[in-house]
Amino acid sequence: MFRILVVEDDADIRRVLRALLEAEGYRVVEADSAARALVESRSHQPDVVLVDLGLPDRDGQALIRDVRRFSSVPILVLSARTLETEKIQALDGGADDYVTKPFNSGELLARVRAALRRNARSPERSPSLRIGSIAIDLATREARGSNGDAVHFTPLEYRLLVCLARAHGLVVTRDQLIGEVWGPDRMDDTRGLRAYVKGLRQKLEPDPARPRYLLTEPGLGYRLVAEQDEPAPAAG
Amino acid sequence: MTEDLRPDPDQLLAEVKREQRRAGRGRLRIFFGATAGVGKTYSMLEAARGVRATGADVVVGYVEPHGRIETERLLEGLEQLPPLPVLYRGITRREFDLDAALRRRAGITLVDELAHSNLLEGEPAPRHAKRWQDVEEMLEAGLDVWTTLNVQHLESLNDLVAGITGVRQQETVPDHVVEDADEIELIDLPPDDLLARLKAGKVYVPEQVGAALERYFRKPNLIALRELALRQTADRVDAAAREYVSREPVSRPWLARDRFIVGVGPDEQNEELVRFGKRFADALDAEWLVVSVETPDLLRLSQERRNQRIDVLRLAESLGAETVTLDGPSAAVALLQYARTRNVTRIVVGRPTRGGLRRLWRRSTAEDLLRAAHDLDVSVIAPRANGAMAPAARTSRLEPPGIHWERFGYASLITLVCTGIAALMDPFFSATNLVMVYLLGAAIAGLRYGRAPAVLTAVLNIACFNFFFIEPRLTFAVSDAQYVVTFVVMLVVALTIATLMANVRMQTRVAGARERRTALLYGMSRELAGTRGTANMVRIAIRHVAESFASRAAVLLPDDAGIVQVAHATEGEAAYAAPDQSIAQWVHDHRRPAGLGTDALPGAPAIYLPLEGAEGNLGVLAVLPTNRRRILLPEQRHLLETFAGQVALALERAQLAAQAESARIAVETESLRNTLLASISHDLRTPLAVISGASSALADRELALDPDARVALAGSIAAKARDMSELVSNVLDLLRFESGRVPLRRDWESVDELVGAAFNKVEARLGGHDVEVRLPAELPAVHVDAALVTQAIVNLLENASKHTPPGTHVRILAEAEDDALRLVVEDDGPGLPPGDPELLFAKFQRGRSESDVPGAGLGLAICRAIAEAHGGRARAMNRTGGGARFELTLPTKAPSP
Repeated sequence: MFRILVVEDDADIRRVLRALLEAEGYRVVEADSAARALVESRSHQPDVVLVDLGLPDRDGQALIRDVRRFSSVPILVLSARTLETEKIQALDGGADDYVTKPFNSGELLARVRAALRRNARSPERSPSLRIGSIAIDLATREARGSNGDAVHFTPLEYRLLVCLARAHGLVVTRDQLIGEVWGPDRMDDTRGLRAYVKGLRQKLEPDPARPRYLLTEPGLGYRLVAEQDEPAPAAG
Repeated sequence: MTEDLRPDPDQLLAEVKREQRRAGRGRLRIFFGATAGVGKTYSMLEAARGVRATGADVVVGYVEPHGRIETERLLEGLEQLPPLPVLYRGITRREFDLDAALRRRAGITLVDELAHSNLLEGEPAPRHAKRWQDVEEMLEAGLDVWTTLNVQHLESLNDLVAGITGVRQQETVPDHVVEDADEIELIDLPPDDLLARLKAGKVYVPEQVGAALERYFRKPNLIALRELALRQTADRVDAAAREYVSREPVSRPWLARDRFIVGVGPDEQNEELVRFGKRFADALDAEWLVVSVETPDLLRLSQERRNQRIDVLRLAESLGAETVTLDGPSAAVALLQYARTRNVTRIVVGRPTRGGLRRLWRRSTAEDLLRAAHDLDVSVIAPRANGAMAPAARTSRLEPPGIHWERFGYASLITLVCTGIAALMDPFFSATNLVMVYLLGAAIAGLRYGRAPAVLTAVLNIACFNFFFIEPRLTFAVSDAQYVVTFVVMLVVALTIATLMANVRMQTRVAGARERRTALLYGMSRELAGTRGTANMVRIAIRHVAESFASRAAVLLPDDAGIVQVAHATEGEAAYAAPDQSIAQWVHDHRRPAGLGTDALPGAPAIYLPLEGAEGNLGVLAVLPTNRRRILLPEQRHLLETFAGQVALALERAQLAAQAESARIAVETESLRNTLLASISHDLRTPLAVISGASSALADRELALDPDARVALAGSIAAKARDMSELVSNVLDLLRFESGRVPLRRDWESVDELVGAAFNKVEARLGGHDVEVRLPAELPAVHVDAALVTQAIVNLLENASKHTPPGTHVRILAEAEDDALRLVVEDDGPGLPPGDPELLFAKFQRGRSESDVPGAGLGLAICRAIAEAHGGRARAMNRTGGGARFELTLPTKAPSP
């Protein structure tokens, strides 16, 4: 059973989150302050940490950096702060995704599932990926459409896809993508990134103008949503 | 009420003004006597002890004890302000300390000798020239003052007293000070008793005027002075009685007050005339004006004589007259014209003192008036026999402003030329014709070079004509007496022409000066009218005042605390960098001019004028003239005051504009707040009602809800919560934009991604709307804040989905323009509501007034704010084929930093 650490100072929100997560079959550990959260994250070894940025003792951003020092546990930010700069800061500081309050329960649970998949200990991690009608075997690097025809990716497209697929369901910032696919010396080349995203969409999306799988998070980066049953996130 | 009973509005106004002035003003009590030694100071101190015994706060501000034991005894036990030591010509004198008295704020302050003159050249310099001005300031500060005064110091009685005693008083008090006094106590002592006191050495006699005083304190003088004092007091009692009666309009008909003019000219007995005018005005209970006319004659006077006019006009003002300076070729005409415009019933002028030949061809102003004024009374006042007032007027009369020696040279040259021509003509023409040549020469000299050179030409002509052409030739002897006539005629012709020309020139100068003044004033007014903002106005005012008066100028404006500061725009060459702050403050507080040539601090180098607006003083204009005398000329002074008036008007206009602007903003803010409150309270309460209703139903265990109903309720809660969330974030976004500090996180973005992201966000809420994205394959990248632009597109899509019925077709298009990219969201719905499409982008506007559409009408306003933050724009229009079309234009070029 997965343990989820909820770091949130508002008792009502904690109660709602607990109800929601326990209904999904997770075990919930609560912390109402950053200090408490550090203790709980060490002692309980949670599989996912949900962090509110506005905490009574310290800023959530600092807590994220502290947790990252000793743990690679997936961190989801759940905050009322909507400015892109806050989101970028949290993601760069080590958070894996960002959900704004007020949140939609379905969206939140999908992100939690994505975060659990991300977790190295996750048994759900699989060598294959299904995006819409296209199945990709990550081990053999083969992709096939529903009719069995091979779909060809250029090497860079493939690296981009893998990078997104690893975070499958979670947001990947532009900087992270460029750093991983092109290397840190090409950091400012958002034009190239946009071109390859466009190329990927042409191959993955049934209607590239209205993407369903490879989504843009404006001002942040991209998110690959593989499972068709997941609702399109409406966060902003 | 009959016509007769209607109160005269002028008088009512004067009454109201007087009442206003009295409100908050201190009370003045004058202990009034016929001469020194009647015991005024003694009585005042005695009275002071009396009221002090009843607990009043009495302070002796200044009393000259003159070493009198009685006085000093009375001073004992009374609080005394220490006198102010003033260093005057190496000697330390004791003076009344005005500032100390103002600080002390006693209930009653005793200040002896109202007519005293302060030591203007003393150190420290006094604020006012006269003690009565010190007292005025105390009264204005709301402090009660008791003081003493002798009858001979009353300004209007100056001539009379001088006539009685043979001593002219230098220290005078304007009549209005006494007239405005709240209480006058006559201290009377019969002449015999006074003389006895004098003999007993009980009257202070300053050594330096000992001899004069002996003559002064003769019994007939004392009787006459006593009569004057008694009469003055009786007049006052009479006036008080009349004033009381006049407050009862039914008991006595109001009569229009008489109004008369005293015309002061260049060579009449002006000061005497003005004093007569005062007595006449008092006797008739009439208003009076003192009018000076600037005629060519006047301009011909010496600078010194012209300056005397300033003193006369100032004297008139201090005696309560209104003073006016007119321009005109003739004093009589100007006086008459002015008299008719002001409904004046009488004109008072002096009788001219000039006699002799001039009288034959030049009528005096008095004579002109008597001829022309059919509808007016004209009073001609004879000069006093001892006419000390008409000093050497004649000596300077003909003095030209400057002697042009070269003109005499030209005049002589004319004679030379005439003689040459005459010599050429001599063999062929008779002497009568030669004379014509000389006559022509004299005429030309008169025409061109003025009177004196013309006379020279005439004389030289006669001499040459005589010498060269009259038998016996080459001698000055005249054989024929007929030629004497020729000489005289030539002289008269030359003089007549020269005089005529001089008059014409003078009038041109007068007209020119007037025109120049008008032009100067017009120049400034026009510039002031065409400008906005206080700083610009101050700059213009300073430049014009400096140019027009050959001076440096500064404008001081009050800050919020009422402390005047040199305006920031006071800079540059024309600026008077360091005006006296304390004088300016005094001028601002008292709304009276000060400094050079005024009553207050006349020793200062600059003149300070209040800039008076309709609702209080707006500031102070300080002018530092390079030529001190010039600015003291009445016409210059009046012009400067007119300038100050114009500047005040402009400043007031600027202030009113600023007030109107802030009022407008306040109203707009107010109405915006009201709309916001109305809108938000509606848009927040409606979903809250659903949420609280549905959630309380869900929470109620006793309510047997089936699972479907529960889901439906929960769904409503979720939907309404989302509406509220959207509203709150819209309001927050808008606040962010209005605060003007939204940092744009610009990056190069492709439009299809932004549209895709927007579509993803809004898809779930598009309901039954069919959305088509139709973007060209190759679109330029835009340098924008992706999150904001996505938000703008989301708002446009939501706007379309809210305001069109389900099933409406919505299209997203994009077109590249030069340097810009146009994003279009259009639909085939009902189109825009009637009215200006621009209004849709205003805050809290809904296209239609239906209130079931959530969102508070902020979406399009935010959309526009985002577009404008990017240097783009948002527009709405109707499609030609039906439906609405919204355009979002974004620049494709990176803005240059």
